Amino acid sequence: MSAPIQADVIVVGGGIMGAATAFFLRRRGVKVVLLERGLVGQQASGVNFGNVRRQGRFLPQLPLANRSRAIWGQLSELLGEDAEFIATGHVRVCFRAHEADRLEAHALAVREYGLELEILSANELRARYPFLAPGVVAGSLSPLDGHANPRLAAPAFGRAAARAGALVVENAEVLAIEKPGDDFLVETAAATYRAPIVQISAGAWGGTLSARFGEKVPIVARGPQMAVTEPMPYRIAPVVGVFSDNEHEGMYFRQVKRGNIVWGGGWRGPAFPDLLRAYIDPMNTLRQFPMVTRVAPGLAQLRTIRTWSGIEGYLPDDIPIMGPSGKVSGLFYAFGFCGHGFQLGPGVGDTMAELIATGSTPIPLAPFHISRFAMQ
Amino acid sequence: MADRRVVVVGAGPAGTRAAERLAAAGLRPVVIDEAALNGGQIYRRQPAGFTRPAEALYGFEAGRARAVHGAFEALSGLIEHRPQTLVWHIYDGALHLLCGTKAERLPYDALILATGATDRIMPVRGWTLPGVYSLGGSQIALKAQACAIGAEVVFMGSGPLLYLVAYQYAKAGATVAAVLDTSPFSASVKALPALATRPAMLAKGIYYTARLALRGVAVHRGITPVAIEGDDGVAAVVWRDAAGRERRTACDAVGLGYGLRSETQLADLARCDFAFDPIARQYLPVTDQDGRTSTPGVYLAGDGARIQGADAAELAGRLAACAALRDLGHSVPAAEFASLRAALAPMAQFREGLDTAFPWPAHFAAGFADSDVVCRCECITAGDLREVALEKGAPELNRAKALSRVGMGRCQGRMCGPAAAEVLADALGVPVEQVGRLRGQGPVKPLPIATEIVG
Ligand SMILES: Cc1cc2nc3c(=O)[nH]c(=O)nc-3n(C[C@H](O)[C@H](O)[C@H](O)COP(=O)(O)OP(=O)(O)OC[C@H]3O[C@@H](n4cnc5c(N)ncnc54)[C@H](O)[C@@H]3O)c2cc1C
Ligand SMILES: Cc1cc2nc3c(=O)[nH]c(=O)nc-3n(C[C@H](O)[C@H](O)[C@H](O)COP(=O)(O)OP(=O)(O)OC[C@H]3O[C@@H](n4cnc5c(N)ncnc54)[C@H](O)[C@@H]3O)c2cc1C
Repeated sequence: MSAPIQADVIVVGGGIMGAATAFFLRRRGVKVVLLERGLVGQQASGVNFGNVRRQGRFLPQLPLANRSRAIWGQLSELLGEDAEFIATGHVRVCFRAHEADRLEAHALAVREYGLELEILSANELRARYPFLAPGVVAGSLSPLDGHANPRLAAPAFGRAAARAGALVVENAEVLAIEKPGDDFLVETAAATYRAPIVQISAGAWGGTLSARFGEKVPIVARGPQMAVTEPMPYRIAPVVGVFSDNEHEGMYFRQVKRGNIVWGGGWRGPAFPDLLRAYIDPMNTLRQFPMVTRVAPGLAQLRTIRTWSGIEGYLPDDIPIMGPSGKVSGLFYAFGFCGHGFQLGPGVGDTMAELIATGSTPIPLAPFHISRFAMQ
Repeated sequence: MADRRVVVVGAGPAGTRAAERLAAAGLRPVVIDEAALNGGQIYRRQPAGFTRPAEALYGFEAGRARAVHGAFEALSGLIEHRPQTLVWHIYDGALHLLCGTKAERLPYDALILATGATDRIMPVRGWTLPGVYSLGGSQIALKAQACAIGAEVVFMGSGPLLYLVAYQYAKAGATVAAVLDTSPFSASVKALPALATRPAMLAKGIYYTARLALRGVAVHRGITPVAIEGDDGVAAVVWRDAAGRERRTACDAVGLGYGLRSETQLADLARCDFAFDPIARQYLPVTDQDGRTSTPGVYLAGDGARIQGADAAELAGRLAACAALRDLGHSVPAAEFASLRAALAPMAQFREGLDTAFPWPAHFAAGFADSDVVCRCECITAGDLREVALEKGAPELNRAKALSRVGMGRCQGRMCGPAAAEVLADALGVPVEQVGRLRGQGPVKPLPIATEIVG
């Protein structure tokens, strides 16, 4: 094999995390290689629901989510391509009084992080969103959140990174990573790459790679279940999510301007990271029906035309692994985003690039450090 | 053993003969079809209250139609027939059924998919105008409801159905403004030896062509479609004749089709392996000679496995049932396998002849204007596909789907898939097999959200 290809940073995994990191590293002038097993944005990043939502997140994650939201707003100019982000607002609704109390408490708590939510009564909700069911008792609107097209966003980051000078290599599965000296050697079937810094952003597969450096994490793969309806006149502007203690009631849906209504939530299906497939369990789709019509009874008039799932990595505390390795210098992690990484993607890319290029970032990353599992 | 559940999907010729063979072995198969009545496509039955005789509906095929219908009726009480029931998904050894708005999960021990085919479409500018139908759709209107798609109809495309449907329309009293066949006459000549393996079939083809000539229907071969014109409906077809002259035929409806494509989504959902079939230019489920797929317990028969027509479908249905029975531990005489396999052999050769005589015009894809619509559900043009191929680097169909929405609509790529593959392959300059195939996703057809789980 010919001599290793040298870079400053090698990013392993071209989902939205890896592609955005490569893009922002290039903006800082760093020489970066992005290695993706398949096509950029083909896994979770390309098949998710498309929610660009901040409310309802783990509070210490809000600075990151806020940074990300700011980038979403400028994405078209930044990338030179449209990923269909629209700030339609995101409304969380609930059916029970005690849940309404918690929505209010959350609205107070996030204010400290600069996120302004609007608490809406049942009447206010129905006046604004006549499609909502009568049983909805309260809601919380995050006016600046919205949705984007997952099929476009990560590939757009990948192309923009390449245009900015990153070496983006698709169909390049990383087979081995070692650190024999100061540099890492990263091996694919076609070539070997060498750099002093490596970022593992391999989504649900991240744990396999971190384990090679003695940092095992209890990550599991699951497949959120999605569906889309036939197109209807555009009537539902905001993303709607149900806030409930019962996970199976937790549906979310949005309508795209073309008219189709996309939903997800409820029972998760099986995912097979080794086969690169996550399947829809048809029973889950059927069980979603009463759950979505419970929120928007009008949807009962429609038909669903397609279902899908994707492979997402979950950690037991439902927050990702992000930041430097606890054991190996020059090694960084950004994986395991537990079903809400799409919104974070641009912010993760910017923050990791900042951390890697400058050695620090104002975004607090301590809660996401991999050592929280190693210490157990 | 008798309590093992064998399910047959499709009550056409293949499904009928499969069910018959299973019942003969003492099983009580479940036969599922989304149609209200048995018969499938070629032997499609007319709704209750219609009284046309078999001869009027099926012509030369009246005898066979009666035989297949009779065989199915004789199974009454021996099988569980579930009409008007769609199989919308297959998962984990069970079928997911939809009847009206009732959904049911039905586990199976063995599954015979005899799902038939649909028209294969090559778009042409204007093909989304009201008044443009697929050839098969034109025929169904006539066969099932005794309706014509127009008063003055052009049939355009290629394949045996082109002549058959034109003949049936002419016979029913519609004016056939023209039959426009994209395959050149020379292709038929080249195909003659293979077609002669089934002389009776060849004779029928010649008969339809001759009857059309007798009725004064203009038949043009080697044509190139240019456009279907009209404002809110079809007014004319513009085409170029074999000599390259542009011509215009006034009409109020068009039946369009280029042979058939196997309906393979259920096999895909059952996770059967597929391979590229160079004759069909389609990815087809891989089977052994008896219809076994790569998924244990799943068998294929009839046009849904490969397009070989109704007679072959009957044989293949029975053969797949024999294979399923043997795999379930029933004894099936070796001679039965041998004779069915032998009877099927010439069918394959005849089919190759048909594909030689009526080739799928893959090369039209290169000639589409960027503004021509390829995917009608999502309104995706040839230009959109070329853009994702050339500017966004989509190397295969599923990526092109993700980036452009091609094949994402109501039909899930069943109409546009073959043409989209050709446009993509042409744009990339690669053979069509290299762009792969659209992965099947449930539901096979749109599923009402008002659906409730029963059972
Ligand atoms: C169905 C679904 C719905 C979701 N809905 C939302 C939502 O609405 N909002 C939201 O914010 N989040 C949502 N998420 C979560 C979100 O999609 C993910 O958190 C996010 O996309 C993770 O990005 P990633 O780059 O870490 O992972 P991925 O997109 O999975 O990318 C990881 C990449 O690494 C590559 N890779 C793995 N191993 C190797 C190797 N050895 N060598 C080279 N490459 C490798 C993979 O091929 C893959 O492309 C959803 C997820 C799913 C599955
Ligand atoms: C529209 C059309 C017209 C045709 N007309 C002629 C003709 O006139 N002459 C001729 O020689 N050949 C004709 N053919 C070719 C014809 O397909 C074969 O000759 C023959 O009918 C094939 O038999 P089969 O049993 O394989 O499939 P089919 O006869 O097509 O039967 C398949 C059955 O499966 C059912 N089915 C499919 N998918 C599902 C599902 N998901 N759930 C439930 N049920 C399902 C369908 O409703 C159908 O009844 C026609 C084909 C088509 C598509």
